[in-house]
Amino acid sequence: MSSVSPATAPAAPAGPPSTGPARTTVFGVSLNIRQSGIYIAFALIVVLFTILTEGALLQPQNISNIIVQNSYILILSIGMILIIIAGHIDLSVGSVVAVTGAIAAVLMVDYGIPWPVALVLTLIAGGLIGAWQGFWIAYFGIPAFIVTLAGMLLFRALTLTVLGNQGIGPFPDPVRTLSNGFTDGYFGNIGLGMLGGADIFSLLVGVLVVGGMALSQWRTRTARLGYHQAVDPLPVFLLKIVTAAAVIMFVVVQLARFRNLPWVLVLLALLVLAYSLVTTRAVFGRQVYAIGGNLQAAVLSGIKVKQVVFWIFVNMGVLAALAGVIFAGRLNQAGPTAGNAFELDAIAAAFIGGAAVQGGVGKVVGAITGGLIMGVINNGMSLIGSPSERVMLVKGVVLLAAVAFDVWAKRRAAR
Amino acid sequence: MTSPGDILRMQEITKTFPGVRALQDVNLSVRRGEIHAICGENGAGKSTLMKVLSGVYPHGSYEGEISFDGQECRFAGIRDSEQRGIVIIHQELALCPQLSIAENIFLGNERSRRGLIDWNRTNHEARVLLDRVGLPENPVTVVSDIGVGKQQLVEIAKALSKEVRLLILDEPTAALNDEDSAHLLDLLRGLREEGITCVIISHKLNEIAAIADRVTILRDGRSIETLDMDADDVTEDRIISGMVGRDLEHRYPPHEPSIGEEAFRIEDWTVHSPVQRDRVVVSNAALSVRHGEIVGLAGLMGAGRTELAMSVFGRSYGVDVSGRVYRDGKQVEIRNVRDAIGHGIAYATEDRKRYGLNLIEDIKRNISAADLGRLARRGWVDDNEEYRVAEGFRHDMNIKAPSVLSVTGKLSGGNQQKVVLSKWIFTDADVLILDEPTRGIDVGAKYEIYSIINRLADSGKAVLVISSELPELLGLCDRIYTMSAGHITGELPRHEATQERLMTLMTTLTTKDTAR
Repeated sequence: MSSVSPATAPAAPAGPPSTGPARTTVFGVSLNIRQSGIYIAFALIVVLFTILTEGALLQPQNISNIIVQNSYILILSIGMILIIIAGHIDLSVGSVVAVTGAIAAVLMVDYGIPWPVALVLTLIAGGLIGAWQGFWIAYFGIPAFIVTLAGMLLFRALTLTVLGNQGIGPFPDPVRTLSNGFTDGYFGNIGLGMLGGADIFSLLVGVLVVGGMALSQWRTRTARLGYHQAVDPLPVFLLKIVTAAAVIMFVVVQLARFRNLPWVLVLLALLVLAYSLVTTRAVFGRQVYAIGGNLQAAVLSGIKVKQVVFWIFVNMGVLAALAGVIFAGRLNQAGPTAGNAFELDAIAAAFIGGAAVQGGVGKVVGAITGGLIMGVINNGMSLIGSPSERVMLVKGVVLLAAVAFDVWAKRRAAR
Repeated sequence: MTSPGDILRMQEITKTFPGVRALQDVNLSVRRGEIHAICGENGAGKSTLMKVLSGVYPHGSYEGEISFDGQECRFAGIRDSEQRGIVIIHQELALCPQLSIAENIFLGNERSRRGLIDWNRTNHEARVLLDRVGLPENPVTVVSDIGVGKQQLVEIAKALSKEVRLLILDEPTAALNDEDSAHLLDLLRGLREEGITCVIISHKLNEIAAIADRVTILRDGRSIETLDMDADDVTEDRIISGMVGRDLEHRYPPHEPSIGEEAFRIEDWTVHSPVQRDRVVVSNAALSVRHGEIVGLAGLMGAGRTELAMSVFGRSYGVDVSGRVYRDGKQVEIRNVRDAIGHGIAYATEDRKRYGLNLIEDIKRNISAADLGRLARRGWVDDNEEYRVAEGFRHDMNIKAPSVLSVTGKLSGGNQQKVVLSKWIFTDADVLILDEPTRGIDVGAKYEIYSIINRLADSGKAVLVISSELPELLGLCDRIYTMSAGHITGELPRHEATQERLMTLMTTLTTKDTAR
């Protein structure tokens, strides 16, 4: 293999190539509409509800609420996107949230086991539940729809059995802090002029995150240039970085003005980072895409399809257990109806976030954005006093519209 | 040519698909009450011609005239042709496996009264039809519970229920064992007695010799000749020379082989069909390929070539697979695809869209898919290195795309095939099994693929090429095996191989010792 001739090296990104995803041009910037549509939609929805709520949506306390109230759905959607990329589905996560919450409650409250040990045991229990479902799906060959539909009933029944039809609580303080609490103001406050006081630690974390993101993006770009790959032109690159930095810093400043960083936000950020890396860089993640894209071709390429499918369900179980503990900790009790219909929110988040029904397509950040879109709609509509039936109606329309858009974009790209 | 005894006349039929002329000025006339065979290589246009006749390709999508019973026909669809009594039974049976025999027979043609099915009439009439085709089964038996041979008879019963006058059978015995085939041929003779005209497409020349009254030979989309089996004293050899008698129309890059030690050998390789466990698809096959050698595997549709290759490649096809595989003289155990890749064996599929590529992914990720571990450290992929590797292949293989980030689904067939080849070359395989490597590819790209195959052999790889195009095998290979009905029926070195000799071996039904 010889190296690439320099003539083809700095491939111009402008000008629509005949073979590539559907692109459209906005202010001279070429955009992949199928990938970036979701972020534009999110921005529009935030702007819309900011206007409708006369700014209440972006108040410090409300931002904090949106994050904390949706944290468990967002965690579930991370596991769900992997499953959907592989071409499967998981209807049981709501029930798994309930049963793992109950297990955590029994361990921590009834047996008084120290919370870190109990947390680990609960996560293991979640993994075993995932392994149970993964076995039937991957090795026995039953469609995931059926296995997890059965799981939905089985684990709800198990929850009721464990709980004896009543709630168990209260949870130890550290667990409640994880679900509901905030980082301490380790370095005190700083005055931000007319914005009032803000937590220095939160601001520092924000600055570090933004700096880290910018640095890693820059290094990726430099490495790609070193390999003569096509990259965004510098102004577009900088614009993207500055926009992302501005959004992150805005959220952090608002949170710092309220009660510092919610712990679940820290946890979520770590999960998103880790799973983004797994889906884009890890062999395992790439095999998930290969399986969803063309199962037969994946088999004939020597990918151990059964193993991969098994492990994404184990992973889903562990994440559902984490969500279960956080949800129970937030309510300060494990209840029999916990997690009802969570699976539907997690699935909707994944599809709104750009996953394809046939599998093979999807991103962790997309699923998170999809989950946030629904979170903002929920929150914004309740702020303006809409009845719950109208919220449901809007969420249904948004889900349908998102998938319709995806199908349309794909058809357009196919032409 | 025109005689009052003709029930069907197709004149000057030309059918083109984008980029391909499948039929050109084809003439076919069928006499009332005869069994008329149509012969030709894979891709000669037999099935296309029958689809034109039965209205699958409606009037207006082809040129030429069809007249049936002296009247001109302009079918808009299958229903029109069936109304005239023309019924086609396709190679892949079109029965609903979960419905009963009777329900299948009257599917779309239900025996009903005021919208409600009359079950007594349905089952009774089905019983009568089953007696006519000699199938002693209960009409309420579910179709998936009876064997393929009996399903074929249900198809014929279904055709009879439509008051068929011209029955077209596309490869009716391809999936049948000898006993079922014999029964089917008897049945066709019986139908001839009843005055039903049959057109039968078959690769099995002995069957044609046994049953047909006349045979029309197609080659490269043209009708070559129509032979009267009795009057012209037609032998199988006579049919073969009609099927293959063409000049080498493609050019092949010149190649001086430098052949080394044996790289790959299989012995006693036997494979059973996964849908019909008692049917042997590959029987006691043995073949070998040496380093630097390009070996061909010739055979007609259903001979078991792909089944042989896929079963060797990590048991990707078949059940009850038995036999031995040797790599560089040492016996190896291959239980799954990973083992096969680990032992340096690669298989590029005949159906790249279904089995070869992830069409929604880019070129880069398709090339790396079969050996991603090579680009990774501790489970993490170095995507810059992946990009470099893929760009190298794009350059070397001349894959025509703006970059390796282009989606493979949008590439032309030739470029997709180059991506598939790149993927397997990247695994560093020493043995490459290429199944129909130039199917659906235009002539220019074919030449490029041939050059790539020659280069692979020159670098010491052992290449096994499966192809339906005999000129291709003759132009490319150093040695050619033939397969027929699951058996390796012959082995010819390049200088001894001719299209006629190969075709004879490809249509032999018993193993012969040839060449050495």
